[in-house]
Order: sequence, then C-alpha cells, then structure tokens
Amino acid sequence: MITPPAFDLTLVAPELIVFGTALVVLMVDLWLAAERRGVLIAVSLLGLAWAAWMAAVAPDGVSFAGMYVRDALARAGQLLALGVTAAGVLVAPEYLRRGGLDRGEYYVLVLVAGAGAMLMAASRDLLMLFLSLEVLSIPLYILAATARGNPRSQEAGMKYFLLGAFASAFFLYGVALLYGVTGTTRLPDLATAVARLGSSAPAAAGLGLLVIGLGFKAAMVPFHTWAPDVYEGAPFPAAAFMSVVAKVGAFVALLRLFPLTLGALADQWRLLLGVLSAVTMIVGNLAALTQTGYKRLLAYSSIAHTGYMMVGIAIGTPAAVAAVITYLAVYAAMTTGAFAVAIALERGGGEADRIEDYSGLAGRAPLLALATAVFMVSLAGLPPTGGFVAKLGVFAAAVEGGGPGGLALALIGVLTSVISVYYYLRVAYVMYAGEAAGMVRIHASPLVNAVVLLTALVVVQIGILPAAVTAFAQQVGGLLR
Amino acid sequence: MEWAVFVPTAALALAGGVGVIAARQPVHSALALLMVLASLAVSYLLLAAQFIAVLQVIIYAGAIVVLFLFVIMLLHARSGEGPREKLPRQRAEAYVFAALYLGVLLAAALGAAAPLASIAAEFGTAQQVGESLFTTYLLPFELASVILLVGIVAATVLGRRPPEHAGRGKG
Repeated sequence: MITPPAFDLTLVAPELIVFGTALVVLMVDLWLAAERRGVLIAVSLLGLAWAAWMAAVAPDGVSFAGMYVRDALARAGQLLALGVTAAGVLVAPEYLRRGGLDRGEYYVLVLVAGAGAMLMAASRDLLMLFLSLEVLSIPLYILAATARGNPRSQEAGMKYFLLGAFASAFFLYGVALLYGVTGTTRLPDLATAVARLGSSAPAAAGLGLLVIGLGFKAAMVPFHTWAPDVYEGAPFPAAAFMSVVAKVGAFVALLRLFPLTLGALADQWRLLLGVLSAVTMIVGNLAALTQTGYKRLLAYSSIAHTGYMMVGIAIGTPAAVAAVITYLAVYAAMTTGAFAVAIALERGGGEADRIEDYSGLAGRAPLLALATAVFMVSLAGLPPTGGFVAKLGVFAAAVEGGGPGGLALALIGVLTSVISVYYYLRVAYVMYAGEAAGMVRIHASPLVNAVVLLTALVVVQIGILPAAVTAFAQQVGGLLR
Repeated sequence: MEWAVFVPTAALALAGGVGVIAARQPVHSALALLMVLASLAVSYLLLAAQFIAVLQVIIYAGAIVVLFLFVIMLLHARSGEGPREKLPRQRAEAYVFAALYLGVLLAAALGAAAPLASIAAEFGTAQQVGESLFTTYLLPFELASVILLVGIVAATVLGRRPPEHAGRGKG
C-alpha cells in the first residue's frame, strides 16, 4: 500500500494555472476561426494575471516531499517569469499575422516555457530542477524554428536544440555524479553532504557540470556561441521571449544552487564563477562592438549582461543576491522593450534586423525612437535608468563583500560598461542623426506599443524610484541571513 | 563470480561505445549502440536492480534503437551511407576536448577518496521504483507528462507544411 506524500495544491497553484491556461488555449484554438485568434491572447493574459495574483498571495512553504519550495526567491522568479511570459504573448500576434505564422500553438509554447521558468525558481531538488529546465527549454527550441518557410529559422531551431540537448546532458551527468557521492538530490541534504565530504573530486566535477548546463541557458562564455546565431534566425518575438525567459530561469536556478544552497562552501565555487563572469563581461562587450545586426547586437548584449549578473552570483552575499534579482527585473524590461521596438518595424516584407534600419526613426516615429533611446541608455547602464541602478547594485555588492576579487570584478564591470556605451548609443545616434531609412515601414500595433510603453516606464521607474523593486529584492537576499 | 560477468560486459559496453562513433555506416552505429545498452542492462542486473535492467532493455534497447533504425532507414534509404565529413578541422579539436573531459571524469571517478553513498538493498526493484515514483517523485513524474505533451505539440508545429508566402525574416 502506497501512501502518497502530503501535498498542498494551493502551493503550486501559479504553475498549475499557467499549465491549465496552456491546455485551454490548445483546445480553444481547435474550434476558433482564424480571424478570432485574439481570444487566445485574452485567455493567456487572464491566466497569467490569475497566476500572478496567486503567486503574490499564496503562502510560503515546502511541499511534494520536499521537491517544491515557495519562498521569496521562488516568488520573485515566478513573478518575473509571469511578466516576461505576458510580454512574450503580447509582442507576438501582429508579427505572426504579418508573416502568416499565426497559430495557437505559439501561445501554448510560450505559456509552457514560462511555467518551466517558474518551476525552476521553486525547485528544491536537482531532479526537479532538471525537469523544469527541460520544460523551459523544449518550447524555446520549437519557438526558434516556428518560421517554417525560413531556412535560417530552421537552422536556429536545430542548432539550439542540438546544443541545448548537449548542455542538458552535462547537467544530468553532474546530477549523477553528485548523487553518486552524496546519495541525495535534495538541495538542503546535498549541501550538508557536500560539506561533510570536504574537498571531493566527484562533487567538484558534478558542480562544474551543473554550471555548464545552466551556463548554456544563460549564454555564459564559453557556452555562448549559440546565442547570436539562434537570436538571428529565430522570429523576432520568439527571440525577444527566449532572451529573457531563459535568463530568468537560469539565474534563479544559479541563485538557488550556489549562494542559497551551497553558500557555506563559497570558496569552492567562487573562483570558478568569478572567472567565468569576468570572461563573459569582456567577450560579450568586445564582440558586440563590431556588430551591424540589431539582433546580433542584442545577443551579444545579453551575453554581456549575463556576465554582470554572474558577478552577483559569484559574490553571493545577501546584498549581491538582492542585486541580481533587481538586475534580472531591469534586464527583462529593457531587453523585452528593445526587441519590441524592432517588432514594430519591417523592412521590405522582412525583419528590420540591421542597425541602419533604425536610421532617422526619430523623425518618423518620435515616441518609438524615444523609447528605444531609453532602452539603449539603460542597457549601457547610464542614469537615470534602471540599468544604472542594476549595475550600481551589483558592483557595490562586489566591492563591499567580495574582497580583492570582488574589487577586480567590479573594475572589469565598470570598464566593460564604458565600452558598451559606444555600441548602444550608436543605435540611438543613427535614430536621431541619420537619414530616414528607405523600405522600412512602421506598424503601429496597439499590443506591441503597450509593451514598449510599459517596459520603458518600468525602466525609468526603477531608475528614478528603485525602492519598490529593491525592497522586494532584499527579501530574497534576506533568505541568506 | 561477479567479476566474471562484469569484466566481459564492461568490455562489450566499451567496445560498443567506440563502435558507435567509429562505424562508417549509421546502421552499424545504431547496432553498436544496441550492444552498449544491452551490456549496461546486464550490469544493472549485477547490481540487483532487476526492474531497471528490464526497463533498459524495453525502452532503450527496444524502443529507442528501433526508432534510430527507422530514421536511418528513411533518411538513407537510397545510399545507405552517412553524410560526408563536413567539419574536418573540428575533428582535431573534438579529440582534444573529449580527452580533457575524459581526464576530468576519470579524475572524479578514480580520485573518489570518499566512499560512494550507500543505497538500500531493494534499490531498483519494481516495487521500490513504483513506490518512489508515486511518493517522493510525484511532482517530477507529473512534470514529465508536460514534457511529453510539449513534444507532441512540437511535432504538430514542426510537421506542418510551411505557409505559402514564406519570405519573412530573410536578409
């Protein structure tokens, strides 16, 4: 006779609602006429809003035999994932209609990937983390390949899938090695078991393999080579969504795994993560300098921002953990916004994916250009935007709690940020100083405009009055105390 | 007694592993993979994990290798040959990185000063697997069903005909 474990469905309600919404969208789509597909967007948004409300009010606790945990980090990760999923739904419809790609499955895949990121935030077991990672990743592989008529989209999907499967195998090997030496996959037990082992080669190798698996998702150097090609080939809305949702999932998992679970063993992993973050900052920013494509620019930009967030993970103090959460929120807003602007443009029936397509935008669409300028200033990390607050938080935490290594990381971060000003502001420069680009059309879609407006407001709001977000982020940092 | 069974099966598994990557024809690779999986099933039996051994034979040696063979049959029906080497330079690099990785794993496996964690005697029996699947691993078990569903949705998305005006996103 098997007694099922005590479980509490209200605890997993946010994920259940998102999965349920995905199923409803999948079924409703079967009976829906093509021109009434707006219903799917409404259903998706309602489901996400309901899940966000549940995520905000549901009580803290551990359930499902210790597999699932809801605490400040889980809540932050879930709300972030829900926000970027809603943006992922909103930016898609107009673009998909233009390209004849409009299918209900697109929204199903976006919702499931969002739920995967939410579960990564709430995983308290390596096995659970692995499965959540797959729930997040598999829809993203498909989303990259949704432009069936475009060979580059097919290539992007294939490349992302093969390399992603490879990275997942590394992660799984790491889980196996850790299980072999500790006999558990439960994170709290793992922490005590690894601490008891002292310096153990299999445990160190296992942790290293976990870093490879998550680092691939976060586009960490040297596991970043897929990002520019996949972003470039994937349809714009898919690229916008994957660039933020994968980051949210990977970073909440890294936070959960390293500072929160293995915080006592920081000297075993701090050097590795610190070196990786330094390399990622340098390579991402230097490679972005020479890009002429807007998508590739944003791809290298996302790699560079991975490096900045990694600084916070490597430092691992409560202030650093809080700074990473703030950074994730700002990164999600400004990157989604920068992609959304591009979705509103079209060049000769295709994507406007060259930087020169933005030339003279200020004269033709002043508000769109202004929003883009805000995103670029924020991505570069200049005040008075969220990007400045985010970088300041991470670097201050590094200087404060990181010793000489932290100082070095902060120095590299500041220097590479200075480099990044050049390539981000070049976009703003051509918008305001260049001549209007021919062949580029502007599509004023209310949904995309709403995303641009909202993300721009969030970026400016965090830049001027960061207290609301940082107070929430400090709760996550408080988990360490 | 255990060694008498273990050493030959381990050798077979290794030989199969080399065969998978060294074989010129994809069919031979798939058959070599079958040998690897079958030898692993025997080593699971040696560890008294009967249920896992049976699953190994049914799922991997059965379903997955058959799937491989189907794909090979459909893709290379005419020539029966694999694709030509397209990345000659990367082959050398692959050897280097594979050797490095092997070194890390060997160091991890051989340098295990600490004894491996012990497991209960009934580990890997049908009852134990079933019980943990519906108690400890209930949530991951349900999550796996989501992954299967996504796989089906993915197949319908990728399997359909490309739209007529398929010029988007180029250039």
